[in-house]
Amino acid sequence: MEQTIRLLLASLPDGILLGFVYGLAAMGLTLIWGVMNVINLSHGPIIALGMFSTFFVYTRLGINPYVGIIPIAVVGLLLGILIYAVAVHRVINAPHLSSLLATFSVNMIIIGIGTAALTTSPYNVDFSAGSIQIGSVTLLGTRLIAALVTIIFTSGLYFFLYRTRPGKYIRAVANNRSAAELMGVPSTRILALSFGLGTMLAAVSGGLIATFFPFSILAGGGYEIKSFVIGVLGGLGNPIGALFGGLILGILEGVIPAFMETSWVPVIEFALFVLILLVRPSGLFGAKK
Amino acid sequence: MKLWNKYSGLIVPVIVVLALAIWPIITGKPANRETAFTILKAIALATSLNILLGYTGYVSFGHIVFYGFGGYVGLFLLTEKNWSLGAAILAGGVASGILAYLLGSAILRLRGAYFALATIGVNEAMRSFITNFELFGASTGITLNFSVYKAYGGAAQALQTSFYIGAGLALLALIISYLVRTSKFGLGLLAIRENEDAAEVMGVVAPRAKTWAYVLSAIVPGMIGVLFFFKNGNVEPHDAFPLNASIELLVMVMLGGQGTVLGPILGAFAYQGMRGYLVTSPIFKNIQLSVSGVLLLLIVLFIPAGVVGWLRHRIPSLRKVLA
Repeated sequence: MEQTIRLLLASLPDGILLGFVYGLAAMGLTLIWGVMNVINLSHGPIIALGMFSTFFVYTRLGINPYVGIIPIAVVGLLLGILIYAVAVHRVINAPHLSSLLATFSVNMIIIGIGTAALTTSPYNVDFSAGSIQIGSVTLLGTRLIAALVTIIFTSGLYFFLYRTRPGKYIRAVANNRSAAELMGVPSTRILALSFGLGTMLAAVSGGLIATFFPFSILAGGGYEIKSFVIGVLGGLGNPIGALFGGLILGILEGVIPAFMETSWVPVIEFALFVLILLVRPSGLFGAKK
Repeated sequence: MKLWNKYSGLIVPVIVVLALAIWPIITGKPANRETAFTILKAIALATSLNILLGYTGYVSFGHIVFYGFGGYVGLFLLTEKNWSLGAAILAGGVASGILAYLLGSAILRLRGAYFALATIGVNEAMRSFITNFELFGASTGITLNFSVYKAYGGAAQALQTSFYIGAGLALLALIISYLVRTSKFGLGLLAIRENEDAAEVMGVVAPRAKTWAYVLSAIVPGMIGVLFFFKNGNVEPHDAFPLNASIELLVMVMLGGQGTVLGPILGAFAYQGMRGYLVTSPIFKNIQLSVSGVLLLLIVLFIPAGVVGWLRHRIPSLRKVLA
């Protein structure tokens, strides 16, 4: 019993802080889904690109990774707009299979070029932001700052969606694209912007994760699947719900290892994922459509 | 002539499969046999997936789960229970069919992208479960004892036999696909694809029809799984449930033309051929994945009906042969 509590104290805070960053990644996926009903299968490689951006910004250019987040966000936004224009725009009204395969082909292109340029061997960002000791609990600085950055981005997104004109346009297009067009909303530009924002969040989350774990060009895949799970937990199309979904996943990852072997974590995650899809496809926090 | 009219859609596909089966015998090279086996395996899997994807209109992103699960069941029976290869293959097919029936009853209620997501979840859940499942060797998987091959006249002869069984399974998948396509049951599936609610109003019992389509699309992959891992000598969670292979199957079906009998066969042929070329070509070998990605994107954007669909649309007189 005592040992279980000690294990919990060691792994739970870590899990919660990680959950914030998972949530940030999932927010990008779920924003795109909510606005245009497209499941972005290029999400994982973009997370991986975010990781490598931090690597180059910090290790090669010597810039602080948290300052580096700003150019990563800008490039992520532009990359997303480019992907939308090239691969997604033509299939936006086609059946689901088309947009799934179109974004998957972007996935293949990025992974292919990435593998040729960076190989699939692991990279590491050797950055430390110290740690804080509270009682017997140790909190790593990198994870605390990453959670903080997530909160900043989430509030920024919330402010953007609810307080600015383009943000309101995005919500209008998500609600009813034809009606929004009739009201004079430039829907194509808004869709491109939403896709850009989605990939921006993915790239930023990748940039933050790079300061925790070693990574390779293929590392995004695991976080992409986590983003699916979180998106469904929080309700696909509900960016704020994604943050809560991320926290739930983080807590699960923190709690489960105290009771059974770590290798059971994905079994429980995916079983939960399928179960929630079946019982409540709108997610735990999703509004009924 | 009457027979020709009745089965004209079956002729080209059968010729393709038979030609693939005979090609290595004529050339007599084991390397060709392996290439042909890879293509036949792809044909069997893509044709099976097409029953769900092309006819019924449900996108399964985790279809490879049936291949892996069947393979595991088969190898377990081969090593632990000393079953013969034929019985193990049948058992693998039955196990996958039952799995599909149980899964289908639950997740086929979901439509569109939710179904696609659920199939990804099922595949990942199964993979992570088997990684922990002691009976199936957990993360190390099941390895065949080399002596198993003795019953089939040694390893070399076993490979040869496996090849013929593979060709037979490809043919089986093809015949199932053709029968479904031309039956009343298949017509119901096509109606579900076009408009599920309207189909139900017209008297198609959609949940039942969808579940059986799912079962039919799972049986041959289960059998192929047993055969492949028997040939391979071992099965591991990593090899049995690769998510990418599921998506490759989707690409094959799309490439050739979903919803047609011939489409997945051409798609499997073209995709494997292209991959074989790109992997060995000195120019493309490093970025072969990107080249495939660009090709896929072009197909999705510009000829979404696939090659066979496009031909059928352009040259109506070919519709009879290109079923």
